[in-house]
Amino acid sequence: MSMKATIRQVNAVTVVDLSGRITLGEGCTQLRELIRDLLSKGHNKLLLNLADVTYIDSSGIGELVSGFTAVSNQGGQLKLLNLTKKVHDLLQITKLLTVFDVSDDEAKAVASFDKVASA
Amino acid sequence: MCADASVVEVVYESDLKNVEAAEEVVQRVLASLNFDEEEQHKVGMAVHESMINAIWHGNRSDPAKRVWLRFFIYDDRLEIKIRDQGAGFDVSSVPHPLEPDNLLKISGRGIFLIRSFMDDFQVKNLPGEGTEVTLVKRRIPATEINQGGFHREHEGHNTPG
Repeated sequence: MSMKATIRQVNAVTVVDLSGRITLGEGCTQLRELIRDLLSKGHNKLLLNLADVTYIDSSGIGELVSGFTAVSNQGGQLKLLNLTKKVHDLLQITKLLTVFDVSDDEAKAVASFDKVASA
Repeated sequence: MCADASVVEVVYESDLKNVEAAEEVVQRVLASLNFDEEEQHKVGMAVHESMINAIWHGNRSDPAKRVWLRFFIYDDRLEIKIRDQGAGFDVSSVPHPLEPDNLLKISGRGIFLIRSFMDDFQVKNLPGEGTEVTLVKRRIPATEINQGGFHREHEGHNTPG
């Protein structure tokens, strides 16, 4: 099963519900194009909901990092929501939990963007 | 070296879709050896990364080239060998992904994850033939596990339909 994405707007934050596999090939390409498309439309407060991501490999992790960098370079923020244990463990051993802002509470995560926006 | 091992061998064409096929074989083998779910995931991911290295980086998705996935099942360990027909690579030249300068790099985490998930990882360059990586996972000897065990089982070429 390849990756699927559903996009919601919550206040100023674009929430992307991802599901399936983010792996080298189709999944990574889809995620890259999705983030590029959102940025081109001015959406630079992105919250990626990974609750239904069943599998992510080193290329998928690289794609999350690439998205993080692309959004940051445009003055925005990319944060992660609802990591599964497997994804959490992967980000921990790759030290990327020190890079990404991670939350299990969507409302709080959305509010954290708002605080930055109003600062 | 392999006199006391049971062997499972699968041969794949160099197509990324075969990475998932290999994952399914890994899960079947590991489940039969009573590895728990977490260990199945770790070994499965190490094989996933190794298969991608073999198909994508080694064979460069050349349909004329093959990847061999072999499981050597010993009482005390599982050895998984993955061989491609590529030009080989120097594993010592792969930058460490946890170094601060590398933390935000897009690629370069595959070998690190394999090392993290397995008990041992070796790379052997076979001049003119390709590269073979060996992944080792220790297991608790349990003679009853092998009662229905594996004998040499060629699953043959996985060719597109």
